[in-house]
Amino acid sequence: MHDPKNKFRIPMGPQHPALKEPEGFSVALKGEKILGVEIRLGYNHRGIEKACEQRSYVQDVYLIERICGICSHTHSTCFVQAVEEIAGLIVPERAQYIRTIIGELERIHSHLLWLGVAGHEIGFDTLLMYSWRDREIVMDILAQVTGNRVNYGMNTIGGVRRDISKDQAADVLKAMDLLEERTKYYIEIATQETTIIKRLKGVGVLSHEDALRLDAVGPTGRASGVRRDVRADDPYAAYGKLNFDVITSNHNDVYGRTLVRVKELMESYKMIRQALKDIPDGPITVKAPRNIPAGEALSRYEAPRGEDVHYVLANGTDKPERVKVRAPTLANVQAVKHMLRDRFLADMPIVIAAIDPCFSCTDRMVSLNEEDHSHLLRWDELRAYSIKWHRDNMSIDFSGLNKKLMDRIK
Amino acid sequence: MKKVEALRDELVKNFSFLDGKIGIPRPRRVFVEVGQDKFEEVFVWAKDKQDFSHLCTITGLDENDRLILIYHLAHDSGVLLNIRTSVPKSDPRIKSIIKYFPGAEIYERELEDLFGAKVEGLPEGNRYPLTDEWPKDEHPLLKDWKPKSA
Repeated sequence: MHDPKNKFRIPMGPQHPALKEPEGFSVALKGEKILGVEIRLGYNHRGIEKACEQRSYVQDVYLIERICGICSHTHSTCFVQAVEEIAGLIVPERAQYIRTIIGELERIHSHLLWLGVAGHEIGFDTLLMYSWRDREIVMDILAQVTGNRVNYGMNTIGGVRRDISKDQAADVLKAMDLLEERTKYYIEIATQETTIIKRLKGVGVLSHEDALRLDAVGPTGRASGVRRDVRADDPYAAYGKLNFDVITSNHNDVYGRTLVRVKELMESYKMIRQALKDIPDGPITVKAPRNIPAGEALSRYEAPRGEDVHYVLANGTDKPERVKVRAPTLANVQAVKHMLRDRFLADMPIVIAAIDPCFSCTDRMVSLNEEDHSHLLRWDELRAYSIKWHRDNMSIDFSGLNKKLMDRIK
Repeated sequence: MKKVEALRDELVKNFSFLDGKIGIPRPRRVFVEVGQDKFEEVFVWAKDKQDFSHLCTITGLDENDRLILIYHLAHDSGVLLNIRTSVPKSDPRIKSIIKYFPGAEIYERELEDLFGAKVEGLPEGNRYPLTDEWPKDEHPLLKDWKPKSA
């Protein structure tokens, strides 16, 4: 649309090749320069808060886990914590540690996913291929420990539903070594690769003062020097017993957000190792009452994207009176508007991606129709099939690279 | 670390009408109930004098004929101050707090859409989270609202 004052207003979204999720931007432009942005959200509104009021607490655990395909453990933990507080349940320590371990594994897969998306948005698709390949290591571990790649179904009111066996713990530790090695390489890339540094520095600037004023959360805030992390400030699960650093950066831009995330990966490996070393023996759940006594609680959780907030009001029945969820992306919306103002249109995809808005991924079993009969594939069969298919049909073969990687950490 | 008991004493010292209306259900959590007429005073005091510099969100609740609003404020030490206030559902006017927390804009629009709150002082802008065609007088999180298909 042409504006008499030499301004153009360009609609981007809700469906747009540069956006991974449905959200609408109306961008006022003068030449290549962004004068202002209006954001329209809500395309993903599914009425989950209302639906929670009509379901029992246990059903809500599974519904809430499906708010997000990436931070599923985030939301279910945040919710059960609030319910457990109202019911006065003392969750066994072993369960607290297991929640923490799964939470950090989730952060690892989320941050590696982000790194790939960031690489893709700046045309550095090699980084996408590398980091998503490495992400499969943690996805396999999550699938092995929980049974699922996403929506792990680990939480229940009063504890967790699955224990971590000694063998599984050993596999997790092996995976941590492998991922740490890879992450060191990514830190090297992020701090030395000129293409990345030049493309990301000074892009999507959010000053320390603006980050505080606009209430930016998670890596978005921490990359502007805001030392806020729920795991450290308002510890939950086993975080109060773990040693870790809150990573911040004073770059105040997309480059800083990249550094914060890759360095947070190193902290996650550290936390998982300590948690697996310190995890006490004992039960993993306590019995929760069907009816939750009247009361209210506010629970916070440091999601990969920042502070997640759940408020639960109980009325004494088996269904909550009210469940309120505030996911981190909503808290960062104002900051994005600010980051885009007076910047170039070409920076928009990476600036938006840099707050790491969520998108869903799932699929762990496929049904193949071969001629007139179909059969189900197990996870390892699917994996072997996929590797073979790519080798035979696309001449893509990572086996040499994988061997090199394994040799390096031996 | 901010002490919640000290915060409770400070609240009562500065606002004597809050005596007996402050709950501390667990460490780092404080719930306080304030009338709409005194809300802004207590809210600004908490922000400016007690360094509750982060607004987590605003929760709306439908309770009989009242619309309850809970403003969840966080301190860097991890203490959360939950300020509860209410307005009658027949006249659900509240004042916007975006001059204190610009990030509250989206939370207030959510209260307008889902609870029918009338937020005074919000600039013109897109609604959130309902679609543009959604009827202006239907607010799904009110208890008496039922989906048409049900």
